[in-house]
Amino acid sequence: MIANSFRWEANAFIGFVERQRNLYRRYWAWEAVWLLYSLVTVLSIGYLASGLSTLGLEPSGVSLRDAQLFLLIGALLWTYLSMVFFEIAFAVTWERWEGTIEYTFMAPVRRITHLLGICAFSLAYGIARAAMIGLVVVPLFKLDLSHANWLSALLIFAAATLPLLGLGIFTAILPLLSPEKGEQMAFAVQGILLLLSGVYYPITVLPLPLHLAGLLSPLTYTLSAVRDALLHGASPSNVLPSAAILLAMGLVLVPASVWCFNRAEARAKRLGLLKRSG
Amino acid sequence: MLVRAVDQVNKAAVEMCGITKRFQVSGRGLRRRPPVEKLALDHVSLEVATGEITGVLGANGSGKSTLIRVLATLLTPDEGKASVFGYDVVRQAAAVRRHINRVSVEAAFFKEMSPWENILYAARLYGSGGAGTRTRVEAVLDRLELPRETLDRPMKQLSRGQQQKVAIARSFLTSPSLLLMDEPTTGLDPRSRREVQDLVNVVRAERAATVLLSTHDLAEAEALCDRVVILDEGRVLAEGTPQDLCREYATDGQPATLEDVFLRVSGKRLEEDVEEEEAGS
Repeated sequence: MIANSFRWEANAFIGFVERQRNLYRRYWAWEAVWLLYSLVTVLSIGYLASGLSTLGLEPSGVSLRDAQLFLLIGALLWTYLSMVFFEIAFAVTWERWEGTIEYTFMAPVRRITHLLGICAFSLAYGIARAAMIGLVVVPLFKLDLSHANWLSALLIFAAATLPLLGLGIFTAILPLLSPEKGEQMAFAVQGILLLLSGVYYPITVLPLPLHLAGLLSPLTYTLSAVRDALLHGASPSNVLPSAAILLAMGLVLVPASVWCFNRAEARAKRLGLLKRSG
Repeated sequence: MLVRAVDQVNKAAVEMCGITKRFQVSGRGLRRRPPVEKLALDHVSLEVATGEITGVLGANGSGKSTLIRVLATLLTPDEGKASVFGYDVVRQAAAVRRHINRVSVEAAFFKEMSPWENILYAARLYGSGGAGTRTRVEAVLDRLELPRETLDRPMKQLSRGQQQKVAIARSFLTSPSLLLMDEPTTGLDPRSRREVQDLVNVVRAERAATVLLSTHDLAEAEALCDRVVILDEGRVLAEGTPQDLCREYATDGQPATLEDVFLRVSGKRLEEDVEEEEAGS
């Protein structure tokens, strides 16, 4: 019985991954545009750092190369994190756009399987896209990653996955709560994460309330620890506290977000919000 | 397994008792009006026997789609109880979902994906999709007289009639015990409409499925349905076999048509009502 149920859910999980892959293949032109857009954004940040010296803004105590590396790692990581976040957060919205939301929601599949299927593809695609951009950026700016501790970076990357999924699932609830304004709110959340998480600056430069809010964002710990690993060669034991915080956040965020998603789905079914497209 | 199958045959496919559903409709724009309550289903009670094709007749806005959505576990009723093969649609929604599929008036597909990709996705969600699926899909499409080359073209390039056939093929492959069809022929040309109607008969004959079909096409209901339920403003006004209803509402010894029956029980002409609403929308 349990084995049958597991097989059923595993099959459905593959179905969601396959569906996402097919959608991306069919929308390849848009994907090419987004890839180019992300690449251009990262390159712009890199050239911004290069241009600081021409403005006479050589950062005191920090070499320009370090500043450039700091910014580029932030930009590259944001490309990955924001893409994964966006894909999960827009799981419901996309189904609404396509008109398939009712079909998917009446399928005999657990919601956790549905959400994890979307998440799994997003993670794989996000890594592939960030790697493609990295392959251009690293040689172009002759980034010195000789001191990088890749094992530590990988550890943080893995630990960050759970809270990232949790945040995405929480945001995916918004279009279920409000078909009219949920999509806009999801974009707003993404913008706020960019501001609070120290993508291009340490969060200590933020005013106190924003600084404190930034401490609640898992992306803050991800960015900070990956930078430590890549710029200063921090060992796995050095980044362990950050990994532990990320894991703890994930262990809270994932079940909480799935529980909230189920509550929001029940509410949408009670109020008739599932079908409404705004 | 056999016990379960026999049990299922003995149970009514659908039982609804006092189902009521209200929606809050809020005004839009700068001067937002206070929300208005709309009663979509008003204490609806009905039973659908296993293996029957039951038609739900009513104009646009009569509550047909709401009724189907309640059974599809997409809407939670405010009052009353509804069950599918004995499973409660609210408390045992997961069990209900394993027994149903729905073909809706608008083709619910990923439009850029091909029929094959859409059907494969559905097959995966309904426990199949492994080796041999492509062959089975091709066989079903042949049966529906859909050219093989349509299988890999984006859905958006297919006509409405072809899309509706793919929707039916998709439901075939998931082998539902209860097929919920929400105006599957609305907006189709006469030929496609007839082809889809033929398919409904095939679903019953070959798949032994129970079909609940909502429609505002009286001829369609008369041709396909073993029983019809007339719904207006969320209330069941009459139900029975088309023949019984026509006999019951006969005047001067002349048997009534379903249109006469609808006029007598609701005080409205169904076709006019539908045309007015379509013109206004």
